[in-house]
Amino acid sequence: MAEISLKINGVNRSLDVPDDMPLLWALRDKLNLVGTKYGCGIGLCGSCTVLVNGSPVQACNIKAAALRDKEITTIEGLSPDGSHPVQRAWNDEDVPQCGYCQAGQVLAATALLARTPQPTDSDIDNAMAGILCRCGTYPRIRKAIKRAADYLAEQGGQS
Amino acid sequence: MTRHASDSRQNTGSLMDRRTFLQTSLLASGALLIGVGHAKAASGAEQAGEAWAPNLYLRIEADNRVTIISKNPEAGQGVKTAFPMVVAECLDVDWRQVRVEQAPLDDRYGRQVVGGSRGTPDGWDDLRIAGTAARQLLIAAAAVHWGVQPAECSTENGSVIHAASGRSAAYAALRGTAATLPVPEVASLELKSRPEEFRLLGRFVPGVDNPKILTGQPLFGCDTRLEGMLYAVFEKCPAYGGKVRSANVEQIRSLPGVTHAFVVEGTDNLAGLMPGVAIVATSWWEANAARRQLKVDWATSHADSSAEYERQAAGLREQAGETLRADGDVEKALGSAAKIVEASYYYPFVSHANLEPQNCTALFHESGKLELWAPSQNPRGGRQLIAETLGIPEDRIDVNLVRIGGGFGRRLVNDFMVEAAWIAREVRRPVQLQWTREDDMRHDFYRPAAWHHFRAGIDGDGRMNAFDHHFISFGRGGQPVSGAGLSPDHYPAGLVPNFRLRQSLIETQLPTGPWRSPGHSAYCWAYQSFFDEVALAAGRDQLEFRLDLLSRSFGEPPLDLARTSGTLRVAAERAGWGRKLSANRGLGMAFHFDHGGFVSHVAEVVAKGNAVHVEKVWSGIDIGPVINLSGARNQVEGCVVDALSTAQLEITFADGAAQQGNFDQYGLLRINQAPEVECHFIQSDHRPSGLGEPPFAPATPAIANAIFAATGVRIRELPFRRAGLSV
Repeated sequence: MAEISLKINGVNRSLDVPDDMPLLWALRDKLNLVGTKYGCGIGLCGSCTVLVNGSPVQACNIKAAALRDKEITTIEGLSPDGSHPVQRAWNDEDVPQCGYCQAGQVLAATALLARTPQPTDSDIDNAMAGILCRCGTYPRIRKAIKRAADYLAEQGGQS
Repeated sequence: MTRHASDSRQNTGSLMDRRTFLQTSLLASGALLIGVGHAKAASGAEQAGEAWAPNLYLRIEADNRVTIISKNPEAGQGVKTAFPMVVAECLDVDWRQVRVEQAPLDDRYGRQVVGGSRGTPDGWDDLRIAGTAARQLLIAAAAVHWGVQPAECSTENGSVIHAASGRSAAYAALRGTAATLPVPEVASLELKSRPEEFRLLGRFVPGVDNPKILTGQPLFGCDTRLEGMLYAVFEKCPAYGGKVRSANVEQIRSLPGVTHAFVVEGTDNLAGLMPGVAIVATSWWEANAARRQLKVDWATSHADSSAEYERQAAGLREQAGETLRADGDVEKALGSAAKIVEASYYYPFVSHANLEPQNCTALFHESGKLELWAPSQNPRGGRQLIAETLGIPEDRIDVNLVRIGGGFGRRLVNDFMVEAAWIAREVRRPVQLQWTREDDMRHDFYRPAAWHHFRAGIDGDGRMNAFDHHFISFGRGGQPVSGAGLSPDHYPAGLVPNFRLRQSLIETQLPTGPWRSPGHSAYCWAYQSFFDEVALAAGRDQLEFRLDLLSRSFGEPPLDLARTSGTLRVAAERAGWGRKLSANRGLGMAFHFDHGGFVSHVAEVVAKGNAVHVEKVWSGIDIGPVINLSGARNQVEGCVVDALSTAQLEITFADGAAQQGNFDQYGLLRINQAPEVECHFIQSDHRPSGLGEPPFAPATPAIANAIFAATGVRIRELPFRRAGLSV
């Protein structure tokens, strides 16, 4: 057990965690940030995707203690009022069915659009193939990413 | 004491309080609507700025906002948006005025189940009555205020309007008077039913929970956080039904974070509390880490295996089986057929693989009452199971309905609820039981495998005039297990003059259960693939062959021939059936009817060697009027993706246990493999039916038939890789 400090959604948070506790469980059970979801525990479903320094990382697969100096963004921190262009696009295309995977989908899409403002279908496949949707919302995820790209372009590429 | 008060909890209180002044009236459907009882109390409520609740489904607030209560669990099928839309349509309020609340489990609502695509058809009348009756009371109240006839008044976006005098009044201003008026007779209500009458229904409306989903707010069962809550894991025997002889629970108790570890003796009910070992800790990670040190000596009672099942299936094939239906004379017709087509199809067991692994949160209050937060498709069934297993009266158990991270039929079984309740009673603290992915995949209620042996006779006119079918699946005590039954009246019974269905069952000890469109989701692929083979052998076009098959019946038709043909025509037309394609491309089609819905698909596939890509699927759908266009399309798209995904998957067994445990061995479809889906709804005046299941079944054969057209490879065994294909 060790006390660590993590910068999550712009705020420094102190927490006591077992040395081997993955970020996922530190978020969910220690900080009550439950937007990040458990799906497989082996980094294959992507439900637990968060951004670390802007890049998608699977929180079930990385120790919390390894992220002391990093900027961590969870779904709760993307835009708490849901006004981020990716969140708006996701609502306007009405992507979710059950919704369980969508936090990971939204964050992965956000990282993609930050790198590639006008992604091709192939870019979308490469960036999003790590995140499973059991309900099959993939056609809408593709549309929502393209819509979010338009929203971002309208506001001058600032997210 | 909740860290986040879930909306269902808040709702429990407000509904219960109103019980004191509401009286009930029974509807034809069996669900309860609440009529207004004591006028004084309601009138006083208005002066106090309180809401008016004319029935169980809605409240009109003092600020003219409308709260609509959604009674059924939401598992992604869209009911939490669609049901309130129906009430809002009939009440005639602006959707932007509406706030939706999730009801808890409450017997006054009647059926509260996600399953059988029955939500929409079952709720259709009650929801329209709730909205229409409230609207009529508000009109009557305005008429009293203005001294005019109700028939002179109309409504628009939450106001009553008297056009002749130019007066209008917001619903909120009328709620006190409305509460004093007699509840209209249900039979006197004019209920909207036709698509052209709707203002809101049929439109594209985003889900009401999207804001919470997209900002990560607590919503799902596993998001429940209670003060002092502990986290539990539960280890069960890998071989189904195994009992605990002994376990090193004392050693486990000494591990970091662990507060409790104990053996649960359990019962013999595969769908109830099975024997196992519970480990409880201050975080889930610690509970699960301790589990890796757990050593259990299991007493197992069987060693069912896929290899043994296959051996038995091969033996049964040589036997006649039990004849479930015989029309005409199949043997004679086959004997005189111009051509006979014979083929065998096999599909394996599959798992539900809900993305949210099973979980449940339970709390024994000091009063002795048990409260649960349960992602269950059938919460009442869970309450009954707990009552029976723990010996608690059902009225001492409260169940909050939480958003469900995928249902697909798995959560009609409530084993996770009774486990959480048992553990919470042992530890006397709030407990969240969270299964691992491996628990989830290895303790599922699987869709059963089956073998279909078909023989069809083609007559001199190229028509299929004989159909012999030997169906081999799984049973217990001579009866098909859950999900393994096949109706003797299923098509092509009734579509061919000479028909025979024979059944053989393999005894199994494995847990099986309903899996999205139970039965249909598996055997439709076998039927519709075989029809493809018959049409080819007869030298006929696939569309023309199927429309001809649907053009006449022998006795009672097994499905509505006109509605089925209608969906097939639409899908074929939109897909450009018959157009020229390059050599590595193919179109395939299938029709089906299940759970009240008629759906046909045409799929287009492009092949590169043995790698096939499903590019696009065109769907013709007839489910009566569409309620939420977004939700409806989402179910069609999702079913097509699910069908393609499931056609790549199998669960196998050895020594009585499932051999797959996680997505490395059970790889669901990913975005790069998913087709585009184009939906065409035939909006008829029929009563609406559900859409969570019907688009699934015909998707698998439409895709498989397109693969044949593109590659010449006929898939007769699932998953696709058995035919050497990858998607």
